[in-house]
Amino acid sequence: MTTNPRDAGKRSAPTPEPHNTPTKVADIFWAFNRLALQGFGGVLAVAQRELVDRLKWVSREEFTELLAAAQVLPGPNVVNLCLMLGDRFFGLRGAFAALAGMLVAPTLIVLAMAALYSQYANHAQVLGALQGMGAVAAGLIGATGIKLLAGLRNNALGRKLCFALTALACLSVALLHLPLVMILALLGLPAMAWAWHELRP
Amino acid sequence: MNAPHDLFPLFLHFLTLSLLAIGGAITTTPEMHRYLVSEHGWLSDAQFTASVAIAQAAPGPNLLFVAVLGWNVAGWQGAAVSMLGILLPSTTLTLSATRWASTRRESRGVRAFSQGLAPIAVGLILATSWLLAKPSMAEPLMVGLMLFTVIALLRDWLAPVTLVAIGAAIGIANSYT
Repeated sequence: MTTNPRDAGKRSAPTPEPHNTPTKVADIFWAFNRLALQGFGGVLAVAQRELVDRLKWVSREEFTELLAAAQVLPGPNVVNLCLMLGDRFFGLRGAFAALAGMLVAPTLIVLAMAALYSQYANHAQVLGALQGMGAVAAGLIGATGIKLLAGLRNNALGRKLCFALTALACLSVALLHLPLVMILALLGLPAMAWAWHELRP
Repeated sequence: MNAPHDLFPLFLHFLTLSLLAIGGAITTTPEMHRYLVSEHGWLSDAQFTASVAIAQAAPGPNLLFVAVLGWNVAGWQGAAVSMLGILLPSTTLTLSATRWASTRRESRGVRAFSQGLAPIAVGLILATSWLLAKPSMAEPLMVGLMLFTVIALLRDWLAPVTLVAIGAAIGIANSYT
């Protein structure tokens, strides 16, 4: 991926940060292994930081758009995201390398923890640690959401409409507990239709 | 632990849930609870909740709670068939959809799809943060920890893994008060 198709739009987009690409399949495995092992309480915050900020394999906008597709497709979001990126760089081999990197080591760790848990489940320190880690996990995901807001700057929908949609989607889940299917129908379809209209050649 | 003849129903259960897991595996948690706890009694209520909590505390995708559930039902084989079941259909669909879309990445339809959904995706992330934050809202110390995390990550002061370690340390210290 050396060219960014979204530069060709009608927007006067600032040039996105330069892209790097992984040079071999093993790079994919280790990148995803590394980010999965840092992902306590969810991988998303680390994925954004590693893939966009550190490795620069995708721009912030692309990351947001890939994530949007990963959320709409069934299955775990970050797993879908890793499959898409792995496939983009090295086809099926890349996709499975990303999947293995993401899952193998963390699965072994989580099962070892499950085996130990029964012995320590009632310790106040264990519960305290879980509570503190839970608070940090919430903060990490919140900060990632705020970072990704910046990726909407050049969206075809325009800034104001984007922020309105973001706020509405957030409130419908957090306060109204609407199922995702409903949000996609009520907000997603009109948003896609408007983007289609705005992207007219 | 259950006999190996439970493995196939377990596999089928996660296989059917895979394509329903729009918005992440966590969205199908209520259905897993119904099947594993209420219908079959393979797990107790406490075991189920603990499985989700352990996966949250461990490094890696939250999806791994499925491995822990399977492990609690039928050991290593249970973990393996559960993960295979939850991943196989969604992986196949994601790869085919990605390949279909990548050949048309510059087409108006694909761009309208991804740009239209991008703001909603960000909204869903912020909502996830809100839902995870709720249990901590009662304690000012935890609210402070959360706000500090947001600022520290945005300002790039500390790596996520360092912040999690700080959270665990503060939580442990807090448990002594």
